[in-house]
Amino acid sequence: MEKKNESKDYKVFIIDDVKYKTTLTQKFEKRVPYKFPNDSLIYSFIPGTIVKIFVTEGEIVKEGGRLLTLEAMKMKNNITVPFDGKILKIHVVEGQTIPKKFLMVEMELMAEIPETIKQKGSIDEVE
Amino acid sequence: MSLKRKTLELLRRREQAQQGGGEKAIEKQQKMGKMTARERILALLDKESFHEYDLFVEHDSREFDMADKVFHGDGVIIGTGTIFGAPICIFAQDFTVAGGSLGFMHARKITKIMDHALKLRVPLIGINDSGGARIQEGVNSLAGYGEIFYRNTLNSGVIPQISVILGPCAGGAVYSPALTDFVFVVDGISKMFITGPEVIKTVLGEEISMEDLGGARVHSEITGNAHFFANSEMECFEQIKKLVTFIPWNNSRKALAFKPKEPKSIYNIEKIVPGDPKLPYDVRNVIRAIVDDSDFFEIQEHWAQNVVIGFARINGDTTGFVCNQPIYLAGVLDVDSSDKAARFIRFCDSFNIPIVTLVDLPGYLPGVDQEHAGVIRHGAKLLYAYSEATVPKVTLIIRKAYGGGYIAMGSRHLRADFVFAWPGAEIAVMGPEGAANIIFRKEIMEAEDSDKMRKQKVKEYKEKFANPYVAAAKGYIDSVIEPKETRKLLVHAIEVSKEKSSSIPKKKHGIPPF
Repeated sequence: MEKKNESKDYKVFIIDDVKYKTTLTQKFEKRVPYKFPNDSLIYSFIPGTIVKIFVTEGEIVKEGGRLLTLEAMKMKNNITVPFDGKILKIHVVEGQTIPKKFLMVEMELMAEIPETIKQKGSIDEVE
Repeated sequence: MSLKRKTLELLRRREQAQQGGGEKAIEKQQKMGKMTARERILALLDKESFHEYDLFVEHDSREFDMADKVFHGDGVIIGTGTIFGAPICIFAQDFTVAGGSLGFMHARKITKIMDHALKLRVPLIGINDSGGARIQEGVNSLAGYGEIFYRNTLNSGVIPQISVILGPCAGGAVYSPALTDFVFVVDGISKMFITGPEVIKTVLGEEISMEDLGGARVHSEITGNAHFFANSEMECFEQIKKLVTFIPWNNSRKALAFKPKEPKSIYNIEKIVPGDPKLPYDVRNVIRAIVDDSDFFEIQEHWAQNVVIGFARINGDTTGFVCNQPIYLAGVLDVDSSDKAARFIRFCDSFNIPIVTLVDLPGYLPGVDQEHAGVIRHGAKLLYAYSEATVPKVTLIIRKAYGGGYIAMGSRHLRADFVFAWPGAEIAVMGPEGAANIIFRKEIMEAEDSDKMRKQKVKEYKEKFANPYVAAAKGYIDSVIEPKETRKLLVHAIEVSKEKSSSIPKKKHGIPPF
């Protein structure tokens, strides 16, 4: 394996306010910075295929209803609506294969939704 | 038939069986840049030392069209031999015979030589080059793997077990190497994974090449599954031979002592380490300045480089080194480096190899990824391994030893037998800057020139605590030494620890934070 020339370009690395000169490991440089979770953005938790989408953009939906079905590892995963609100944008189409942590749907939280809005389908429903 | 004719018949049968998968298959193996199983064994072992067993073993599978198929030796070669005179049990899967696939008899040959190794109390070397389970043999093939894993586990800590990955090693098969002590890989040849690229693509839609998924570099740099990386099979065999010289045959022996040699004069111990604890240096050069012939045999060189582990000799005796490496991440401890060091310490402890720890670290690596990756659980392994080890433990604090890192790196509190420190050692809860910012927060904030005040307080703290004498006053450090005395003292410490007898409470086994 090729040897990197470690003697050059040291980086500054701070631990407890002390600035050390050192080199960084590949793994450290490639680490994914932490992002504050945003519940309004719905990401895929596993890579897979979008089999069915139950909502449309602009639609007002009730918590617990069906949002979409993500098929992965031969399992159809029902993704449900996390809170009462409005679908702002849908970033996937039916039949699309997506990786893990892919932004699928953007929602907006609504404090109150019309009483006429009911949960969409039941997650126990069998297709 | 006369005995002479019977002997000729034996030679004919032997020749036939030794051709493995035949010319075409051998040619294919060579085209892949690989040696055959037999060539590998002969290249690795001492000349004319190899003796083969179970050459005439055949499979007895009747399912599908297996009854008509002849697999010479059932795709694996087993036997005994020597490396620099040290007895070795060895098996090598023969990819030219049915792709080295593991069937019932194939597995039985492997388990036979594993049982031999345990009974004879000699190291076991396994050369893996196999397409995986022999599907035609169904559950019998899976049973074979299970029997191998079970023996790997029983052998663990009794005899050294070495795995050499010289071809594919996929699916369940990878767990045999994973259970052994040292895994050797060769660039472009070794491939290890649980599920291959095809399956990953079908199930998850992710595309990746075999090399990027589980090639030699991946396991040497990213996963840490491999311990030694080589560019060619011959280089790999040289590494194995060298390793064998450092380790004992079994857990009731010590590694063979070599003739003591002084370190090479180009490694001047007084010039390697900068006085400023913020500046880096390569700790391997400090090792080289201490050990016989400056010969340091590093393990897992390309993974978790912020800790350095490996073997060297001190006054002729094999010694395991565990050292913080300031040129990588300032030498911090993190998930991977704790894992790496802890496992190595357990190997040394199992096989009566004294441990020398060189300390120079600012603490643990901060970060969400570290905390979420379980740095608590993984870091605990290091404390466990040091505390549990009863072999001689000698610790040298070169410069910084801050906070939890000080405790973890073979401190007196985890029962180091000897703790030495160089005059520049700083043993404290944290670095002077951080400590001053906390202790003198009020003074610094209220000062007219807070920067000036901070500098002054840092200086104050440094003078008070950034030295080895506070710890020495409590006896946590046995001796503050001149850098140039280091080798002499380590030689002495190991010399006087030879008959060390120490034990942990009787128990079935502990529960390390795996």
